[in-house]
This record gives sequence, structure tokens and C-alpha cells, in this order.
Amino acid sequence: MAATLLLAQFLNGLQYGVLLFLLAAGLTLVFGIMSFVNLAHGSLYMVGAYAGALIYGSSESFALALLGAVVLSLVVGMVLELTIVSRLYRRDHLDHVLATFGLVMFFNELVRIIWGPQPLFVQVPEALSGTVTLFGLNYPAYRFAIIAVGLAVAVSAHLVIHKTRLGMLIRAGAQYPQMVSALGVNIGLLNAVLFGLGAMLAGLAGAMAGPVLSVQSGMGESVLIATLVVIVIGGIGSIKGGLYASLIVGLVDTFGRVLLPMWLRQVAERSLADAAGPALASMSVYLLMAVVLALRPQGLFPVRRS
Amino acid sequence: MNSFLLRPSAFVPAAVAAALAVVPFAADATGQPFWLSFFARILIYAIAASALNLALGFGGLVSFGHALFLGLGSYAVALPAAHGVSDGWLHLLLVLGSCGLLALLVGAISLRTSGMSFIMITLAFAQMGYFLFVSLKAYGGDDGMAVSATSRFLGLDLGSAGPLYAVSWLVLLLLSWWMTRLRSSAFGMALRGARQNSRRVQAMGLQPQRIKLAAFVLSGMVCGVAGMLLANMNAYVSPSTLAWTVSGELIVMVVLGGMGTVYGPLLGALVFLGLEEVLKGYTEHWMIVMGPLIVLMALLGRGGLMGLLERLDQLFVGGRDAAGDGVSAGNDGAADKTAAPAEDQAGEASWQPR
Repeated sequence: MAATLLLAQFLNGLQYGVLLFLLAAGLTLVFGIMSFVNLAHGSLYMVGAYAGALIYGSSESFALALLGAVVLSLVVGMVLELTIVSRLYRRDHLDHVLATFGLVMFFNELVRIIWGPQPLFVQVPEALSGTVTLFGLNYPAYRFAIIAVGLAVAVSAHLVIHKTRLGMLIRAGAQYPQMVSALGVNIGLLNAVLFGLGAMLAGLAGAMAGPVLSVQSGMGESVLIATLVVIVIGGIGSIKGGLYASLIVGLVDTFGRVLLPMWLRQVAERSLADAAGPALASMSVYLLMAVVLALRPQGLFPVRRS
Repeated sequence: MNSFLLRPSAFVPAAVAAALAVVPFAADATGQPFWLSFFARILIYAIAASALNLALGFGGLVSFGHALFLGLGSYAVALPAAHGVSDGWLHLLLVLGSCGLLALLVGAISLRTSGMSFIMITLAFAQMGYFLFVSLKAYGGDDGMAVSATSRFLGLDLGSAGPLYAVSWLVLLLLSWWMTRLRSSAFGMALRGARQNSRRVQAMGLQPQRIKLAAFVLSGMVCGVAGMLLANMNAYVSPSTLAWTVSGELIVMVVLGGMGTVYGPLLGALVFLGLEEVLKGYTEHWMIVMGPLIVLMALLGRGGLMGLLERLDQLFVGGRDAAGDGVSAGNDGAADKTAAPAEDQAGEASWQPR
């Protein structure tokens, strides 16, 4: 197979992976510290995507659209935190699942009422509409921008977590929340901050994804479920695990879709390969997760708990 | 008998079951076949919710992937039917065999984890099944497929509305009877014990993981039977039966009715699907109302509808006598639930913030 095709798929996988990381980073911290299961994280992603699409459509400024998406998903996230989520921290996971499942239904239907079931179309911003040539491959500049933003967020997350007081609290909270609270830290406030940060990153991911994926009701679910897979593979509460697992999942999914059907066609009969290829390809990520969990139930990079 | 009438938690489910038995005659008399299929759907979802309750309510296994077994049960009818097999017994054998094996596999892997990971893994397995059936283009793929030969048992055709309703009603009745017995059997006791405190059960010389796995497998098999009935009722199957929202709805039904109770899933399915139908009468955007109602239920709810009825019991009888024999599920469901969150996670977070 041509090397350029492999390179293109590698970049596609990387781009999907960093989008997943933007969602996984916020989600895994709220999971890790407050053990809160937030299915509505996908809805915040959708809020960001719609805000980005609408602001970009009316203002023609993509920077403004990104800013608006981040701010709006922060606002929606904080409203949810204050009214519903913070009341549920002390409950068991089942209540979290129920409440956020209800929220997902609500947000999807709200979007369907206001903007209808058909997807919104978002143009790639003018400045990034060209292509970049890399080793003889023409690759869209906008997709490079997504990768760059994702990696920039990963680097800043690393700096925040390892160089700041907030980061110290996050690390400590993920390992032993009881002790952090006993030392006089307002862990409820800490978690509200994390929830807000997560909402902002989800909104950013939604707005960035707008021009490459379709913006429509229910767009959050498939991404949310992939994000949950990432978190489980990476180890709950671990940002580092989230990053590696995002990239692994992004690459496995992308290459699985391209390579598995090809390989199958070489080893099996054509009719069988055509039937089984797409099935295996769409299941590859879940198979990966099942294998990881069968071998390491704590995930690849578990947070060390004392 | 007197105490039976004084206990809403006993006579309300009995009255509901009796009313459901009358539905076919009422639908026939009023010439409204719609009601027959509507209530058949309620019965089938009550069976599926009851199955989930065995894992979720009794075993504390928050499975977010039971749509997998509902869907597999449906396809275990549709796939052989597509090849001309209409023998109901063979269908049943396939349903029980495939769902049992799959539940064994999913359960064995998922039970290596607990808490949040368990929720997500079961969800991921259901998604895997969803994508598998979506990509089976030979069998309709995304669009689903018609069930060309419905299940036939000794001259009884599940494809026609009357027999299907009768069989569903009977299956639900038998299932409730079985759940009542199972709940107070040694297995049921060990399972409920394992939910509250796995370590103590282990310390008593039992194997909580095996007990939970057995409950998960039974739960998956019964859920498959519900899927089989569903496929026969609609004469149509599609991957949408395996959608993650279906798993969520099943959980809502169980919690709404009352986790760990015998009749809760029936009441939950009745109220959830009934409410859905009423809301659909007002607006096609019924989820905009249902969503916040589910949130409210999660915020307020303790013990669900059965919990409510049991509180009524105490009003009528007063004191503890009300929850006497445990046949009505007693107040155990409500009492467990408040104790469970702290105890379940004793290992990782017995401390509670705020």
C-alpha cells in the first residue's frame, strides 16, 4: 500500500484521537475525583458544536466562534453542576447514570425542536481552507489545526497538573480525595472547577469538530461512548492515560476501518470479507477495550491509589 | 386475606396483573386492536425489566448494556426465520443458548471490574453488538429486516396478536413467581448479600463473583426471551433494539418501579410506556418532558413506585407488620437502597464529600 495513504490515515487517526482527548480529559477527572458518571458530557460537546456553528455563521469569525462555544458550554456546564450534578455526588453511580441519561434526552430533543433533525453545515475557516504538503501528501490544513490544538491542550494540561497548586490538588484528589478534604481543601469547589474545565474542553472539541463532522442532534452520543472507552482503557482519573488511550483508540479505529477489510479480502473469500470486514472494523475499538480489560482491569495507566 | 387487601404493595400489582389479563377481551369488545399491541409491548418490556432487575436490583450490577440481550433475542428469531426455520422450540433454544453464552462471556470480562468501569464496559459490549448488526448488510443492516416466519409452538403461532399476548402475560406471571422464590432462596440471599457487601459474603465461604456471574447469565437469558417475544410481535427486527438508549430506558423502568422488588419492573414498564404514550399524544417531542422527569426521579426517588406503595402499607397497617412475609418484596428494596451506596464502595470511597 502506498505510504502516503498510510500517512493520511495516521493523521486522520491522530486528529480523531486528539478530539477524543479533549473530551476524555475533563471527564476522567470528574470520574476520578468525585466518581461521578457524566453521560451528559456529550451534550456539552453538542452545545459547543451548535454555539460554534451559529456564531461562526453570523459573525464570520472562527476565533469568536471558538470563544463563544467555550464560554457557552462553560455556562451550561456550571448551571448543570449547581442545579443537578452537585446534588448527586453523594449518591451511587446508578443515580448519576439516570440523571445524566435524562439530561441527554432533554438536550437532544431541545436541539431537535429548535434546529430540526437535519445537520447544520459548517464551512472550514478561510485561513485554514488550504492544504499542507507533508512528504508528498496534501493534507487539509484545518485537520492539522485540530491536531495542533489538541496537542497544545495536552501540553498545557500537563503543565497545569504538574506545575500549579490546582494541579497538585487534582493529583492528590485523584489518589485520595478523603485526605485532601481532611486537609481543609473545599473538594466540592475543586470538583466544580474541574467540571467547568471539562465543559469548556468539551465545548472546544465540539466547535473544532463542527467543520469536519456533522453538527446535529445526537452527535454527542457516539463520541461520548468512544470517550468512555478511552477512559476505561486509559485508567479512570488519569490524564496521561487519557491522552495515550485517546491516541490509541483514534489510530486503532481509523486503521481498523481501512486495513481490516483489506486484510480480510486477502485471506478470506470476497463475499465473506465484504460482509465481515465492516463489522469487524466498527467493533475493533470495543474488542481492544475487552482485551485490555481482560488483561488489566484497572486500565493501562491506573492512578495509584494509596 | 385481610392483610392482603390492607397492603397496597400486594394488591396493586395483583390488580395490575388482573387488569392486564382482561385487556384482550376489552380490546376485542371495543374494536381497538391498538390496545392489544400496546399492552403486549408493556408486558414484553416488563419481562425485560424484570430480567434486568435480577442483575441490577438483586445483584447490584449496574448493566448499561441489557439492550444487547433484547436485540440478540430478537435476531435469534429473525435470522433462522430468514432461512425458513419457524419451529418455536428451536427459536427458544437458540435464544437461550446465544444469550446465555454471550452473557457468560460479557459477564466474565465485565465482572473483573466494578462500579463505573462495569457500567461502561457493559455499555461498550452493547455498542459492539449494535455495530455488528448494523454492518450485517445481508440481513438488512441499518434498516433491519422482517421476520419472515414467526415462532410456532404445536400449532400456536406467536406471530398473531392474541396468542402472543397470552404467552407474554403467562411468561411474566411465571417470571414473577420465579423471582419471588428466587429472592428468598439461598441463591437470592447470597446474591443480595453480595450486593451489599461482597467481602462479608466471601468471608462466609461463598464465592460472590460466581454468584453475580450466574445472576448476570440468567438475567441475559430472560432478557433474550423478551427479545424473542418482541421480534414476534413486531414481525420485524432492527439494530435500534440494541441502541444504548434502550438499555437506559430499561434501567429507568427498573428504578422507577422499585429496584430489587418483584413487581417493581412491571409497574415501572407500565408507567414509563404509558407516560410515553400520553406525552406522544400531546407532542412528538415527548422526550423534552420525559428527560427532566427522569432527572427528577433520580434526584428525589428512593425505592420507586413499590417503595411508595410500601409506605402506604404502613399507613394502613402501621408499624412493621406491613412488610412481613417478603412476598411483596417487603421494605427490603427501600431499606437496602439507602444503605447500599456507602457499603458498596466501602473499599474505595466510604468517605462522603460535603
